[in-house]
Amino acid sequence: MSFEPKNPMVKWVEARLPITGMLHHALYEYPTPKNLSYWWTFGSLAGFMLVVQLITGIVLSMHYTAHVDLAFDSVEHIMRDVNYGWLLRYMHANGASMFFIVVYLHIFRGLYYGSYKAPRELLWWLGLVIFLLMMATAFMGYVLPWGQMSFWGATVITNLFGAIPVVGDTIVTWLWGGFSVDNPTLNRFFSLHYLLPFVIVGVVILHIWSLHTSGSNNPTGIEIKDKQDSIPFHPYYTVKDLFGLALFLILFSAFLFYAPNWMGHPDNYIPANPLVTPAHIVPEWYFLPFYAILRAVPDKLGGVMLMFGAIAVLFALPWLDKSRIRSARFRPVYKQLFWIFLLDCVILTYIGGQPAEEPFILIGRIATGYYFAHILILLPLVGMFEKPKPLPASISADVLSKKSSDEEASNA
Amino acid sequence: MTTTTPIEEDGVKRRDFLYIAAGGVGAVGTAFAIWPFVAQMNPSADVLALSSTEVELDAIEEGSEITAVWQGKPVFIRHRTKAEIAAAEDVDIATLPDPQADADRVENPEWLIMVGVCTHLGCVPLKEAGDYNGWFCPCHGSHYDTSGRIRKGPAPANLVVPPYEFLSETTVKIG
Repeated sequence: MSFEPKNPMVKWVEARLPITGMLHHALYEYPTPKNLSYWWTFGSLAGFMLVVQLITGIVLSMHYTAHVDLAFDSVEHIMRDVNYGWLLRYMHANGASMFFIVVYLHIFRGLYYGSYKAPRELLWWLGLVIFLLMMATAFMGYVLPWGQMSFWGATVITNLFGAIPVVGDTIVTWLWGGFSVDNPTLNRFFSLHYLLPFVIVGVVILHIWSLHTSGSNNPTGIEIKDKQDSIPFHPYYTVKDLFGLALFLILFSAFLFYAPNWMGHPDNYIPANPLVTPAHIVPEWYFLPFYAILRAVPDKLGGVMLMFGAIAVLFALPWLDKSRIRSARFRPVYKQLFWIFLLDCVILTYIGGQPAEEPFILIGRIATGYYFAHILILLPLVGMFEKPKPLPASISADVLSKKSSDEEASNA
Repeated sequence: MTTTTPIEEDGVKRRDFLYIAAGGVGAVGTAFAIWPFVAQMNPSADVLALSSTEVELDAIEEGSEITAVWQGKPVFIRHRTKAEIAAAEDVDIATLPDPQADADRVENPEWLIMVGVCTHLGCVPLKEAGDYNGWFCPCHGSHYDTSGRIRKGPAPANLVVPPYEFLSETTVKIG
């Protein structure tokens, strides 16, 4: 099913730059497993959110001023005076949260169905790189309105690098461009906040390239064996993704129009004051699990290392998970552990938002310990000792057996 | 016409030397070219110029405290009471996480001058709070005593004492 254009113009271009054929292959004929569920929609939703963030961000930067004396007022100017400024800013601020929601679901989908296993290790790595870039971009973006949370979030996060032995202070001064978070810091954060999304676009292209080399994983975790197992991406999954997008936009709009500040923090509507720290500083919700891990350790360097380690261990996942079965559907023990791990991450998120006092400290320590125990101990062990359920012969056989049992159920 | 490269006995060619020399010069040149792009991130001349600040002390009564700004950071200037000084001096230094005598942290025991930035992750601690009636950092729960020394919590070090000198009885120059 190769691409053979009929239009002479397309033919002319294709002979010189085969871009139409490449897009045709990627978005039209790409052979996709025919059993993908809606958990496979979040990849394209993440791509959609990246575009939303790019467009709203570029437009917002036309009205924003990156200066400590003007930044806060320029954001208020956008909210009150710029035509539809309130809409664009709320779209961008809530869009960041929506982006993280779909990316977290996308990551947990990968964990459940073993999408990180060979031959998709690089695909998994590229995804983690995108995740790291997203966190850096979101963090710097949150600093730009120059409210109290912006300022103190920037102070705490940049100070993390001060934990590095010997050169820590030098690095922090270098990051700040001064002796505290100040105008040079705001300026460079704005510059990098504008740059990094385009870097993300680049890594996303590599991510999709790698995906289309190995092919999509699917709920059975079995590879496509023959033509019976796959269907073309268009129209089947373009339409499925569009329907998923429509549902997702309802959720996005609900926040955007009815609770635009629900995921924000009121302290960020107070202009930054370098002399007063808010009594209770918390990062944005999508950083809370990592913040909880940071605070679980009563030692500065230890806490910082554990926090970065929490993401670093995910890079080793394809080799830590010893099971050759991908999908948790056929892994009775791993399936239970997956849900416990998910619950553990939810607990960490909750603890990250609570003050640093008992009993939250103790719960945070237990949850942190379990996070690492799951990845470093339980995952390798379960892979070695678990007795998996029998795998279906093929994707097609799995779909058909399900269909016949459904019919029996409806006949009964 | 033919040209030949003389080959030494151990197989090393003159061209190998040229490759390494050219590559080495190129690498050094690239490093020199990158350096300005790294160094521009460091504090600029005008930021470095704001290196000291002078504070009048006569309005600060015993038991009260002001916050001055030095290099964009808060500096606590506390006129300590006799009780606070006594509490700071009456400590077994060996038991402290970051052992330092109170006498090493002040020029004049009445005046405690230190950078008001928690050594954990940079928040501004609250005065007259915490388990030791010194300072308490609300961000991650570090307790400092009346000498600004870390006693409990995740901070690794005592609050930093900046370089300062008394220009007169009532004027101090920080930095």
